Amino acid sequence: MFISIFGAMESGIIYAIMALGVYLTFRILDFPDLTVEGSFVTGAAVAASSIVNGIPPITATILAAFAGFIAGCLTGVLHTKGKINPLLAGILMMTALYSINLRIMGQPTVSLLQETTLFDQLGSIWSATGIDTFLNNLLSAIGIEQLPTTWAILLVMIVVTIIIKLLTDYFLKTEVGLALRAIGDNKKMIRSLSANTDLLIIFGVGISNALVATAGGLIGQLGGFADANMGLGLIVIGLASIIIGEALFSTKTIAKATLAVILGAIIYRIIVTLALRIDFMETGDMKMITAIIVIAALVVPKIVQTRKENKRRQVKRAQQRGNRDA
Amino acid sequence: MLELNNISITFNEGTPDEKKALNNINLRLEEGDFITVIGSNGAGKSTLMNVISGNLMPDLGDVIIDGKQMVHLPEYKRSAFIGRVFQDPMAGTSPSMTIEENLAIAYSRNKKRKLRPGVTKQRREMFKDSLKALNLGLENRLTAKVGLLSGGERQALSLLMTTFTEPSILLLDEHTAALDPSRAALITSLTETVVRNSGLTTLMVTHNMQQALDLGNRLIMMDKGQIIFDVHGEEKVKLTIEDLLHEFKRIRGIEFEDDRVVLG
Repeated sequence: MFISIFGAMESGIIYAIMALGVYLTFRILDFPDLTVEGSFVTGAAVAASSIVNGIPPITATILAAFAGFIAGCLTGVLHTKGKINPLLAGILMMTALYSINLRIMGQPTVSLLQETTLFDQLGSIWSATGIDTFLNNLLSAIGIEQLPTTWAILLVMIVVTIIIKLLTDYFLKTEVGLALRAIGDNKKMIRSLSANTDLLIIFGVGISNALVATAGGLIGQLGGFADANMGLGLIVIGLASIIIGEALFSTKTIAKATLAVILGAIIYRIIVTLALRIDFMETGDMKMITAIIVIAALVVPKIVQTRKENKRRQVKRAQQRGNRDA
Repeated sequence: MLELNNISITFNEGTPDEKKALNNINLRLEEGDFITVIGSNGAGKSTLMNVISGNLMPDLGDVIIDGKQMVHLPEYKRSAFIGRVFQDPMAGTSPSMTIEENLAIAYSRNKKRKLRPGVTKQRREMFKDSLKALNLGLENRLTAKVGLLSGGERQALSLLMTTFTEPSILLLDEHTAALDPSRAALITSLTETVVRNSGLTTLMVTHNMQQALDLGNRLIMMDKGQIIFDVHGEEKVKLTIEDLLHEFKRIRGIEFEDDRVVLG
């Protein structure tokens, strides 16, 4: 139980980077971008192929981000210059990326099991610090038997994701970032205030897909392989993370909203992991579980809200009646 | 300074719906001019605004601002020189962003947007001072989301956002038409103050003849894509609604047909 939640948090914190990317397009730009299903794989493919070809894992991960950025920019160009509907532009790019990803890898799957990944390197530096033994001793002291082999991935990825979050927060408050946010909110206004909306959209979708591809590159290294189909259904996972985060946490400011998205991504992973532990569930049921989570996150808060309002009204009516009687 | 030379634009050319929206318009605004534009529906007022702002490309003619040819520049490039307030109070502001963020976006209108914070301590003080002039108490609500403001407040904010960077040309597109009478009066008086204090070169389209007479130093009347009447100075000061209606009948030989204009 503990070890599977631990694993869920490990991948959840990496998927959170992807969710941040999806948040940028869906919420900030109001651009439902399906490119991510392709660019996530592009990230994994570029990272894996680079590592296999002897490029240092950290450089490989940066290359993955760059590849995602280009893919996103192309979607942005299709939409702004080609005047193609955002959904269709994303689908077209995603379709094209499937072939491009196969070309990058040269085969449907690239294995990294024989290679040194970013996380392997991290692990060897980490083990010298002794933090693992300390934390695991702590855990066994409270009676947990199955212990994680390393805390490096979780703790380092928390730091990395928070750094990406803080950079995103800062960016969205810069002059360029404010203009970007206004695009999703009121295009007519921002054009009348002399912002090049086309360029901003291209850039915004690019950044979004850079984040998604980074997550792809890291997930590939975590799982030890890149596969042409690993992006399937990813957009729903990204949306699920955003919607869960928004349902559970405050989104009043940008900083709170991005935090909510990250927590949403982790909670999503944990829910799926727990759901799959139920006896009659199979791995293939994951998509259905995802759909149910999203539906629940969309519907339940509304029901709760309506109940609250009804209750408030009832109390008020009762008070009024009380006053009249008195 | 704004110059329009021989502007013509035809919609749906070559079809039964063909419409000459603007027919050889010539107009010259001097520095500090405040022109009000009236006319019935379909007279070409909005088309004129859209041609100036770059939302529409005219078939023929030049749009010259500060001596620079603008007719081929896209809307976003022109808006470095042009400030616009729309009829819809929701159109000029970004609802999910705060008052100070909206002002910061507007503050970058005639500057290059960079990767530096949009709202700084120094700017916040400046925004506060500007907001105080509106007398709506908005200076105490800098971090409130604009979506929470009323239509009148949002329109006042739009007016401020458009004018505090002092554009070469200020375009007001029936910007009080969607407000209730008291709010409309508030925005009208704010407009008067702002334009008087900053001396902005202004073009205001309105349906309200009284407003067109009260504001500005020059009035033009449009009909069927042409400027049919143009008064300024002393002559405009003495003008009444009756005069305008009479003038329209004299020129066109028919009654002014838009009730909304007369009653407004």
